[in-house]
Amino acid sequence: MYEGVVQDLIDELGQLPGVGPKSAQRIAFHLLAADPVDVRRLITALTEVKEKVRFCRTCGNVAEEDQCRICRDTRRDLSVICVVEESKDVVAIEKTREFRGRYHVLGGAISPIEGIGPDDLRVKELMTRLADGSITELILATDPNLEGEATATYLARLVKPMGLRVTRLASGLPVGGDLEYADEVTLGRAFEGRRLLDV
Amino acid sequence: MRLTHLSLRDFRSYVEVELPLDAGVTALVGPNGQGKTNLVEAVGYLATLGSHRVAQDAPLVRLGSERAVVRANVVRDDRALLVEIEITPGKANRARVNRAPVPRAREVIGILRTVLFAPEDLALVKGDPTERRRFLDDLLVLRTPRLAGVRADYDRVLRQRNALLKSAGAGIRAGKGDLRTLEVWDSHLATTGAELLAARLDLVEVIRPLVDKAYDAVADSGGPVALDYKCSLGEDVPLVPDRDVLSAALLSEISNLRRNELERGISLVGPHRDDLLLKLGPLPAKGYASHGESWSFALALRLAAYDLLRSDTDEGGEPVLILDDVFAELDVGRRERLAGMVARAEQVLVTAAVAADVPEELAGARVDVMAGEVRRVR
Repeated sequence: MYEGVVQDLIDELGQLPGVGPKSAQRIAFHLLAADPVDVRRLITALTEVKEKVRFCRTCGNVAEEDQCRICRDTRRDLSVICVVEESKDVVAIEKTREFRGRYHVLGGAISPIEGIGPDDLRVKELMTRLADGSITELILATDPNLEGEATATYLARLVKPMGLRVTRLASGLPVGGDLEYADEVTLGRAFEGRRLLDV
Repeated sequence: MRLTHLSLRDFRSYVEVELPLDAGVTALVGPNGQGKTNLVEAVGYLATLGSHRVAQDAPLVRLGSERAVVRANVVRDDRALLVEIEITPGKANRARVNRAPVPRAREVIGILRTVLFAPEDLALVKGDPTERRRFLDDLLVLRTPRLAGVRADYDRVLRQRNALLKSAGAGIRAGKGDLRTLEVWDSHLATTGAELLAARLDLVEVIRPLVDKAYDAVADSGGPVALDYKCSLGEDVPLVPDRDVLSAALLSEISNLRRNELERGISLVGPHRDDLLLKLGPLPAKGYASHGESWSFALALRLAAYDLLRSDTDEGGEPVLILDDVFAELDVGRRERLAGMVARAEQVLVTAAVAADVPEELAGARVDVMAGEVRRVR
């Protein structure tokens, strides 16, 4: 145990995801030794992130203004919405540069064990977005685990009466990898989802 | 396949032990509490990453040590492999194959295949349905590794659905609440449940004659024995191993039971409510069979599993057969018949408290186990 404020700092840092007691201690002593200007900058960043960052009115992604950068971008395809669980999924998909539509961030997945139901996710907001009929395709890009699949099934059933195209991301083998290294479940799924090779 | 060498460090009672092994029969002999079962438990652990005695890993590590190491030389298809597992309770196990670390410890499952019969297996006959479902599911996963994923998914769907039934039940009874989320879990339960159910039905068909044959060979009378898959879907549903048919049947039964399920807050239909009915002649074995008959039945189930795995080609040959403390419970006739059955197996490990319990036909190598030391005497 360290004295007073140092221990307080270590305790606070230890609350962060992926930071154990040893790392917290390392970061604390790094901050103690660091240039006050650098520390000041970190403090500003921390304060601003809580003050300035809001969630996009339309899609629920992190944004600095009322709407996020993607929703404001008029060049994007307004007829497609890709549904993801978290903001970090948006970043992952954006990196592919394959998708030119807009997103909808749910803020999690349905999981009764954790007490998360559709009302705790941004489902109502999604339905509002779909209501005006300008959307023609809904891509369900929730995580490929049980809760993600359940959420996708739930949404697919919910929007079915609207008659729009609903698609789910494929699951299968990682590209550039060796077949032999895939685990049985992934390989099994890939077999189920095999496609006709049209040449 | 067979083991040529087993070495343990800080496993159970052993500080360190080296045990060279030959093909054929090896009898591990010693008084109670000297560490015979610990040796075969270690072999079983290497094959399945689980102990047949305890659910947690902590008891496997010698008191006062942080981790245990199980290391074995395995010969399969004339190829020698060195498999090592480091067991650290509370952490992920680490494994190496031929001194190279593997990314996930569970990748070593299947390199060594074993069929283990132990006194605990009496619960297969006398215990709860859970024991018999586990017997079927463990065997399924051994034959089709992909089903490990289905099994885990099903357990998780069940937990999620039960959680929802508990919380939603109250709301729906109060006149509010939404059935739509529940319907999603219904469909997932039906799909994964049907896949598991279909695989179990297939398996029961395949092992039914093998169990009968094994019981007949061990007991020589009292049979025939029969296996019936008792399904929570009820009697009117034809039990065909077709996923679509079963999935539809599950869905319709779920909707029949809706009110009941909401009241009780648990899932009332699905493979988690099924049982494997064991019958001896016209009567159910549970409650009717004598101790000796129950013992023989449990043994017959394991021997059938052994027979089945042995007939699966391309899997590195026969599994290693382990008989822990089996002979003491059998009369002389049954002992000798069992010995006759297993004497030709590629490798058999037998434990016994008294050397005289091991039948003459199994006079292979003999290792004395005493106070955590092993000594090859023959």
